[in-house]
Amino acid sequence: MQGMPWPIAVLLVLPLLGGAAVADPAPLAAQGCLGCHGPQGRGTGAGARLAGRDAAELDAILRDYRTDARQGTIMNRIARGYTEAELAAAAAYFAAVR
Amino acid sequence: MRLTRRAALGLLAAPALSRAQGAARLLVVGGGFGGASAARFARTSYPELQVTLVEPQARFVTCPYGNLLLGGFRQIGDITHSYDGLQAAGIRLVQDWAAGIDAAARTVRLRGGGALAYDKLILSPGIALRWGALPGYDEAAAEVFPHAWMGGDGSQIELLRRQLEAMPDGGVVGISIPANPYRCPPGPYERISMVAAYLKRHKPKSKVLALDAKDAFSKQGLFQDGWKALYGGMVEWVPASQDGAVARVDPGEKVFETEFGTRHTLAVGNVIPPQSAARIVTASGLAAKTGWAEVDPLTFASRAAPDIHIVGDANNGAPMPKSAFVANNTAKQAVACAAAALRGQSPPEGVYFNTCYSHVGEAYGISIVGIFRPGPAGFVEVPDSGGVSPRGVLPEQRRLEAAYADAWYASITRDMFGG
Ligand SMILES: Cc1cc2nc3c(=O)[nH]c(=O)nc-3n(C[C@H](O)[C@H](O)[C@H](O)COP(=O)(O)OP(=O)(O)OC[C@H]3O[C@@H](n4cnc5c(N)ncnc54)[C@H](O)[C@@H]3O)c2cc1C
Repeated sequence: MQGMPWPIAVLLVLPLLGGAAVADPAPLAAQGCLGCHGPQGRGTGAGARLAGRDAAELDAILRDYRTDARQGTIMNRIARGYTEAELAAAAAYFAAVR
Repeated sequence: MRLTRRAALGLLAAPALSRAQGAARLLVVGGGFGGASAARFARTSYPELQVTLVEPQARFVTCPYGNLLLGGFRQIGDITHSYDGLQAAGIRLVQDWAAGIDAAARTVRLRGGGALAYDKLILSPGIALRWGALPGYDEAAAEVFPHAWMGGDGSQIELLRRQLEAMPDGGVVGISIPANPYRCPPGPYERISMVAAYLKRHKPKSKVLALDAKDAFSKQGLFQDGWKALYGGMVEWVPASQDGAVARVDPGEKVFETEFGTRHTLAVGNVIPPQSAARIVTASGLAAKTGWAEVDPLTFASRAAPDIHIVGDANNGAPMPKSAFVANNTAKQAVACAAAALRGQSPPEGVYFNTCYSHVGEAYGISIVGIFRPGPAGFVEVPDSGGVSPRGVLPEQRRLEAAYADAWYASITRDMFGG
């Protein structure tokens, strides 16, 4: 495609994507988070933004909910249902969303 | 891309071609909480899948937040969603009813004629109302005593709202509540709350008479605390053991008659009738004697047909509730398992999530949380997790949970429909 004006290159490539925006999906265990925290954890209204936050910070918050070291409104009840590995994977996913 | 019937027929001619190109056909029946979630998740996560969604309605009216319409806190437009986002994402939309399934040939027959072939089928057609199971309650009776328990075209919830607006102050609003299992365990009690909110504001001499076929219900203590705090004596809930079970309804006389023959004359009557899986499930031999479909708790594959995954309210997911959140969340597991099977891989681990928020008042929310995993003989709730909101006088907790409920509604509908 060298030498092609870029808008034409884009036009040629777009149909190959089949019209779908294929973004990295959240891990299955973290899909539940999207039900309140918006697409890719970007936040909606009172559903706090998770996207782009530090992975270690998110992971620590989730673990603290799990042990009741931190008091949330509903997150303590939720975090206790997941394994530490699942919480860490969710934290890593949201941290990586740009 | 919206397909006409003729174009949909053309899909039948396409399988050899699409297989040659490596595109496996994922067919989704039902564009509600389970089906729309499945279609969009499949399209965005598995580019190799060719995704087709069969849904008869042009727009989807959600049951969730319909009760807020009764309270006067939402309008019908706020709970109505278009399928344009799904089409824009590259999902083929076929606006028709699935009329029959041939599991051996892997085809779905359409009511409008023709059939669609699939490699994997995701069925999420929701519930059917069991007309006549409650004597006197048939389709004609639902025009007098609306159920407002299926979204449909929105006419049922709007009818109930209009009836509330038209009733005189001082009247009784009767709500008949069925035995378990049914769609949305806390839904009837949120409805009681939202009707009471409307009456308190506009018809303060009126009351809600809730007649229940059960003796206990979801989030009971929290609801009853909230009713007392917000509505005083306007709500009367009658359990089955105190003659609460409605045995017969008489739309002509506007009467609910209980098991022991007490006749309650009502200004407005709302009947939440007994339910089963939607007709396409029962008519295709995919339901057990209970009326609900038995599925594998890891893959949601039907026990009767392995290439058909049944999600949402139509399956027996107990102890998971029949909720929008469960339908949304488990639909993704079903799609992931279908995609894995098509790739020759083993299914992913399953963990299923639910939170049901209920509005007791506009700014007074309560919740129940559950996390479930597949077990050897069905679904198992993760021990020492989940549960309901704390009881007590906790205004900040209630205010926050109402705001979180709004965030849930916004998030889940975007997850289903895009945008
Ligand atoms: C008043 C009320 C309040 C609720 N509030 C909440 C809440 O706050 N939170 C929550 O999580 N849940 C709530 N629910 C429950 C929620 O509505 C259901 O659990 C959810 O809709 C189930 O999703 P589903 O995909 O199984 O069915 P549905 O969402 O009903 O979707 C089924 C779709 O399939 C289509 N269909 C049916 N038959 C066919 C066919 N033969 N061919 C093609 N298409 C077909 C229908 O047109 C429909 O669009 C509430 C329910 C009610 C009644």
